[in-house]
Amino acid sequence: MKNRINVGAVVSALVLVCCGALLLSQKVNAAGEGKITGTVKFEGTPPHMRGIDMSKDPWCVKANANTPQHLQTTEVGAGGGLEYVAVYIDGWSGPANVETSTPVFDQKNCMYVPHVMAVDPGQTFKVMTSDQTAHNIHPEPNPMVNIPWNQSQPPGAPPIEKSWKNPEMIPVQCNIHPWMHGWHVVVKGPVAVTDENGKYTIENVPPGSYTVKAWHEPDTTETTKVTVAAGQAATADFSFKK
Amino acid sequence: MRTTLLTWSLLLSVAVMLALPSISRAQLTTEDIASRDNMESHVAGYTGHVHDAAYDYRRYCVGCHGEMGDGNGEVAQWLEPPMWPKPRDFQLGIFKCRSTPTGTLPTDDDLFDTIARGLDRSAMPIWNQFTKYQRANLVAYVKHFSPRFVSEKPGTPIVIPPEPEVTPERIKNGREVFARVQCWKCHGVQGMANGPSASTLTDDLGYKIVPFNFTDGTRPKCGDTDRDIYRIFMTGLDGTPMPSFADNIKPDEAWDLVFYLRTFMQQKSKAKEVAKTLSLKPVSANP
Repeated sequence: MKNRINVGAVVSALVLVCCGALLLSQKVNAAGEGKITGTVKFEGTPPHMRGIDMSKDPWCVKANANTPQHLQTTEVGAGGGLEYVAVYIDGWSGPANVETSTPVFDQKNCMYVPHVMAVDPGQTFKVMTSDQTAHNIHPEPNPMVNIPWNQSQPPGAPPIEKSWKNPEMIPVQCNIHPWMHGWHVVVKGPVAVTDENGKYTIENVPPGSYTVKAWHEPDTTETTKVTVAAGQAATADFSFKK
Repeated sequence: MRTTLLTWSLLLSVAVMLALPSISRAQLTTEDIASRDNMESHVAGYTGHVHDAAYDYRRYCVGCHGEMGDGNGEVAQWLEPPMWPKPRDFQLGIFKCRSTPTGTLPTDDDLFDTIARGLDRSAMPIWNQFTKYQRANLVAYVKHFSPRFVSEKPGTPIVIPPEPEVTPERIKNGREVFARVQCWKCHGVQGMANGPSASTLTDDLGYKIVPFNFTDGTRPKCGDTDRDIYRIFMTGLDGTPMPSFADNIKPDEAWDLVFYLRTFMQQKSKAKEVAKTLSLKPVSANP
């Protein structure tokens, strides 16, 4: 339980930092941009998220001794909110790299934090490790779209800086710890990932009409249309069922 | 008037949908592959051409690698991993044995060497009965299956410093490197392919795969010289769980690791001789 809160804390800290960055950047572009916000729900009884047996690596067991980890493929919070859904604008025609930050994909307690990381094509991100056990970071994109690679990160290894060329939902895994699965969501334009309550906010959206897409692993997508007015927040809610 | 407009826009959108390339793994058309018939290789002083390899490919390679180079030849279905790894899918442009960093295309020399060397512990034999000219042509043929060889350049080969003299200190330091980067997670503390993660490894296509056993007398997949071993862990074997350690092992230390790995192997080596005097214990599996 404590760990879930930790993840929550990290996510909210990230959101706070992003908000801060956005507030600062909005001073620069006074275009009166709006935002898209909403909730993603899971309909019906969510599938059971199995606990993870980490006995392969005693270090991982120890790191999670008080808060056993479970699979994150369908993470449904209280109230039916679905976490780790990436919400983005389909067919974005604005500037390619709206984010100026460098997202971080951490290997922490033998899990990926965040489980789903969104980046723009061409945007630099960092892969780092907080663990005292060796990982290998092995994204497996379709080689026809993006180029796969596989690098080791033993304890104390420096962060790796990378970027993806083309939009794609890329599964990432560690072969040493076969339960470690995460996603790099590479989409053009503004994007947000839902929190533990299924809530999201896409900032920095210029006024206009948009097709908004919500993606949940491994390959489910919901679509809706929304109109954003200058300086206003438009609402787009989604629901998924399995 | 309005209906006409609607019909036209519908037709147009359908046409656009059909024109979009389907993003499935490879599965290119014969036409797409044929469009790269002018692919060349430049290796061993020869310029290899696709059409000059067509006979050899159909005679010797097609059974496993398939007409389309996708690894779905007639025989491929009988190859059962992990004992018999499936043939490469040449369309994806991903190769294990490279001199280039992880995530990059191999050089013509890399493909040329792989053909002659074969791949130990697989159905890929040693094809050293081909002349160099035949092999150069086959390299061009292998490349022409993947559009990546048009859109990308091969990676820059990693720099391998000259091999230093084997010393007890170097072997001991190699043992430290082996412990630090945790090679044993898969390869085991004595290099016997029995590390804690060995049993669950899969390759990029989802097939079971086993780590290299240093102790059973077989040869490393991408060559058994000291330089080959150096190259294997500094570039990684793309398409497999074996990652690149280039960011975490310095060039000089890499030689120390090569010497330590040699001490596990049955093949005679200077490192094995020197190690006899050291009575090294296996590294600890509990960090």
